[in-house]
Amino acid sequence: MSTRSLSKGCFVFKPSPKKRKVSRTTAYYFREGSSDLEDSELRFATCQSLQKQVKSETEQIEEELNEQLFDNLVSFLRRSHSAFQEKKTEWTCRTKSREIPTAALVLGVNVTDHDFTFRSLSEVLQNNVTPYIALLEAKDCPGIKNLMQKLLGQLMNCCIDVDSSEEEDYEHVSRSRVRCSMTTLINWYESATKRTDSETPGKKRTSSRHWQSPPVVVIFKDMESFTTKVLQDFVVISSQHIGEFPLVLIFGIATSPMIIHSLLPHSVSSLLCIELFQSLSCKDHLSTIIDKILLTTQFPLKLSEKVLQVLINIFLYHDFSVQNFIKGFQLCIVEHFHSNPLSVLCCQLEEAKRRVNSLSHNQCENVRRLPSFRRYVESQVSEKQIALLTVDSSLKEAVQKLLEDLNVYHENYFPILRCLHVFTSSLPKYPLGKQIRELHCACLENRVWETEEYESSLQLARMLNKSDLVTMLQKCVEILVSSPGREFDEIVEKLKEFLTQFQKLEEAYQERDESISPQKELQKKTNLYHLQKTLLELKESRRSKKLTKFEMLRFEVVDYIDSLVRHYLVPADHKTLHEIVYFNTASVLREHLNAAPRIALHTALNNPYSYLKAFSTVVTAAEGPTADAASSDQVDDVIHARFIRAVSELELLGFIKPSKQKTDHVARLTWGGC
Amino acid sequence: MSLAECRSAGALEVKFVPDEDVLRHIADDAGIKVQKGKNQLIANPKRFVKKLEAISDDEAQEVLEEKSYVAVLGVCGEESMTNGSSVGGGEVYTFQTPKRSNKMAELASELAQTPGQSAVPDPSKCPEKTAKTPQSSKRSSSSQVQQKTKKNEFVSTTPYRLRKRLAAPDAQLESESEYSASCSEEEEGEEAQKEVSTVLSHQKTPAKTKAVSTPPSRKTLTKKKDNMNDLVEEYFEAHSSSKVLTSDRTLQKLRRKRLNQQTLHDLLQKSPLAYAAEIKELNQQYESLFSKWMLQLHLGFNIVLYGLGSKHDLLEKFRTSMLQDCVHLVVNGYFPSITVKSVLNSITEEVLDHIGTFRSPLDQLEFIMKRFKEDSSLELYVLIHNLDSQMLRGERSQQILAQLSSLPSIYLIASIDHINAPLMWDQAKQSLYNWLWYETTTFSPYVEETSYENSLLVQQSGSLALSSLTHVLRSLTPNARGIFRLLAQYQLENKDNASYPGACLLFPHLFGMALLAQSQWHWHSVQVTS
Repeated sequence: MSTRSLSKGCFVFKPSPKKRKVSRTTAYYFREGSSDLEDSELRFATCQSLQKQVKSETEQIEEELNEQLFDNLVSFLRRSHSAFQEKKTEWTCRTKSREIPTAALVLGVNVTDHDFTFRSLSEVLQNNVTPYIALLEAKDCPGIKNLMQKLLGQLMNCCIDVDSSEEEDYEHVSRSRVRCSMTTLINWYESATKRTDSETPGKKRTSSRHWQSPPVVVIFKDMESFTTKVLQDFVVISSQHIGEFPLVLIFGIATSPMIIHSLLPHSVSSLLCIELFQSLSCKDHLSTIIDKILLTTQFPLKLSEKVLQVLINIFLYHDFSVQNFIKGFQLCIVEHFHSNPLSVLCCQLEEAKRRVNSLSHNQCENVRRLPSFRRYVESQVSEKQIALLTVDSSLKEAVQKLLEDLNVYHENYFPILRCLHVFTSSLPKYPLGKQIRELHCACLENRVWETEEYESSLQLARMLNKSDLVTMLQKCVEILVSSPGREFDEIVEKLKEFLTQFQKLEEAYQERDESISPQKELQKKTNLYHLQKTLLELKESRRSKKLTKFEMLRFEVVDYIDSLVRHYLVPADHKTLHEIVYFNTASVLREHLNAAPRIALHTALNNPYSYLKAFSTVVTAAEGPTADAASSDQVDDVIHARFIRAVSELELLGFIKPSKQKTDHVARLTWGGC
Repeated sequence: MSLAECRSAGALEVKFVPDEDVLRHIADDAGIKVQKGKNQLIANPKRFVKKLEAISDDEAQEVLEEKSYVAVLGVCGEESMTNGSSVGGGEVYTFQTPKRSNKMAELASELAQTPGQSAVPDPSKCPEKTAKTPQSSKRSSSSQVQQKTKKNEFVSTTPYRLRKRLAAPDAQLESESEYSASCSEEEEGEEAQKEVSTVLSHQKTPAKTKAVSTPPSRKTLTKKKDNMNDLVEEYFEAHSSSKVLTSDRTLQKLRRKRLNQQTLHDLLQKSPLAYAAEIKELNQQYESLFSKWMLQLHLGFNIVLYGLGSKHDLLEKFRTSMLQDCVHLVVNGYFPSITVKSVLNSITEEVLDHIGTFRSPLDQLEFIMKRFKEDSSLELYVLIHNLDSQMLRGERSQQILAQLSSLPSIYLIASIDHINAPLMWDQAKQSLYNWLWYETTTFSPYVEETSYENSLLVQQSGSLALSSLTHVLRSLTPNARGIFRLLAQYQLENKDNASYPGACLLFPHLFGMALLAQSQWHWHSVQVTS
């Protein structure tokens, strides 16, 4: 069957049911497209489990992040409707002014993440507060009628969901036949609550989960996109009926809470009793995700500096979407396992060691081909070199050892990185970046201690005051104690020793305090001549003076930190076998996630301008000087046809459009012209 | 006080003049105005000569610049073949069309000297021309003089329309007019060149040397002009959105018929494809990605192909090689009457075997989403050629398609061609689509995509509509055909009758009536036989 037709544009192809059974699995395509057939199934399985792990981990992190916000919201709901619950009369009193309790939820501009937030919010509410939740989106509600329809549909459906089975026929009123008005809503609410009230003995579970006479929560997902009229109408109408059933609105806001007042006139916004809730900013969100997912040894796959930079750039310059960041990370996982045959070793250490033993000869060759491994081989003595390059078993042994080294490196790397971050993040102007991710990138890129920024931050660290220094050291101790690294006992000891020295210094200082310091002397004398003299003396003494004990200690601390950095924060690509766990083809990632269609078009056309020049000269120039099309009026048929095709192609590509002012004339749309 | 005099004195006076005054002034001094126009006409060539010199000075440098530019592009090309991402946006977006390239001017002068044009046309041909393009020729007749003045003296004091009205028509110029004002505001860049080329051609053709003969006394006046003044004038000239000149040549002047779609297609079939081997190799590279695409589709991503060249054949190959055993839907986005509704309909009716209608596309979408969520064994591959076509690029269509593609068991692979296609999607849609971008520059001609007579240069024969009608007509029974003929005849007879109620009936309506009549007639025959 052809897909070319003059009468239709959609073609459905259905294979016969017999054939359909042999639909291929994802694993099949993984194997087919994989660059190397080695261990593809194992790789696929590892990839899938890793993806799943990352997914559940990120979801958990997000839940934790939102927990605070949701708690606040729930307590807000409780507060706003406690009156309604206790005494209906009181409620009506309070809402005489017809104020609808409203939560303004400021979520930030990362609109794509909101979906997840709202989903979990409605889940939380469903579990703890009320079954009556309606999620409204602007695109479904172009008018108040659609809004009511959607609202009633969702509320009545959810009612069925809660006490499913038996009353289905009773409740099963076709949505389209119900007249969508506030009265229907109120009647429905009364009957629904009555039913649950009367059935409390049988349905203890639901009633204990929800409050009595649970509020009806209406969530406007994207408040900014709603038309003013729809919102206004809804607020005014429902405020008329607020005495009869407990309604709560939640506005999802991407920009700022001021939008409520610019969207709604005062007469309408005065009907709302608004409370503001602020979610965590997306940047903090990202930092948490990076901290918990990338800066741990929990997940075997690591991202190289460039890849991480691409992902962060997409986040910062394009969408602020944490979901997209995670999606990018997931793509990295797939790409890594798909393109790298040795990625089979990218798993937890014990498992990896086991897998090393069962590597095929081909895979061993793959290992030998790794640049980092070749560097390693070259550094060995000649007998060992031969063994590594020819005997598979000795290679496997070495690989096991190297993998262990790599693991230890990571175990040490992250805590030390955090310690360094404690220092650098409190320095003025943040020479090494404010965020730990920046520091991480700097460390991955090259030897951080060779950079100017590191130099300047050390200098700044040498000027820190004592209390800062002490708190930083304490933080470092905390970090190192809580991390699983094996070599940290010594370091912790050393840091603690520093702390006690500072302590001693303080005591000594207090004792010495009796003797008059030069500063105090300075305060006493008021004579100008004397002042000048003492100042000069001070200057002299400072130049020649030996460092104070505190200063010496401070130098010592900074030097120690420096030595730690030099020892532990070696860039990953200096490590042998780093190719196995680091995904580093940033170009692939950028190509697929952050493509540049215009550039592709431009490079393909090479010089679109020539297309806008006289067509025949270009064509004939390409074909050689023999053709002299310009000499006669009678243009060659083929050239004419090609010209027409070129014009229609340019039109399709959006370079030109018919100008409509003159026959056969087009206007240029891109690249100059307009 | 004419402006020329004012300027020659070196004093420039600016004052506010209310509109009424201007009107009165113009009404009173119409005669003077015409004179002024002539003055300017005489004064201008000097400046042209000056300009042309400047241009030739610049030429060498421009050629150089062009070269280095091409070099840069070459580098870009190489890089992008190996590593598409390395080309920065900056290199592309600073694109500057070399101004006043010499070639264009040469070509223009060449064209001006071709026999068909330079020879004064015989009178029999002339009216026909004007009759055919009434719009452009009318304008050219009245605005020719005004153009000249504008071209040469870049300051216009009177509003365009007034000048147009006052300008005396010049018969001689009209007959040769090759350029005329075009209202399009988007053509300035091109215009700058064209103006120069017109000047060149004017100087070369003897018929237009009238303007070149300048009284020497004016020369001194023009020299006095302030350099600063020139700059300011040029600035406003360059940025004015006023009428600009475009060629009056149309395809009709080629003395050949417009090609219709069929002949065009045949002609292009005959012409060999350049670099066929290289293109084939390129395509093979892309074909090796097929199973990777399948993998990524299965992992929840959707795939969008971009880059120059038709991706129709590539997608078709993907379909035949990978999707033979799966349910799939092909959507030709370039089909002129494709709608999102037809896409949804084919899913509900043919994939889900649902009978019944929906109140709105949103309901339909909801139904589809529900079905796909309920039944996890349902899988559907959707191939959309030209997701960015005229019919599908609307916000609502894209929203629906995006929501459709966000279903985990619907796998979407689409192609885009328009240079601004990514602007269709905002963040929300993009995250619904969950695209992975693949550059597939195929360099193959857009045969299918441009085959629906939507090109502006192809003869609009309406044969598509007609052929589909005849197709339907043939499917009718002889009786129905007879009824249809009767209806059509009646329609034609009454088409001038204003009181006839069915005057606005269209072709398709008639068909509907014919079909209805046929079914009723069928009933009759059944009853008669029984």
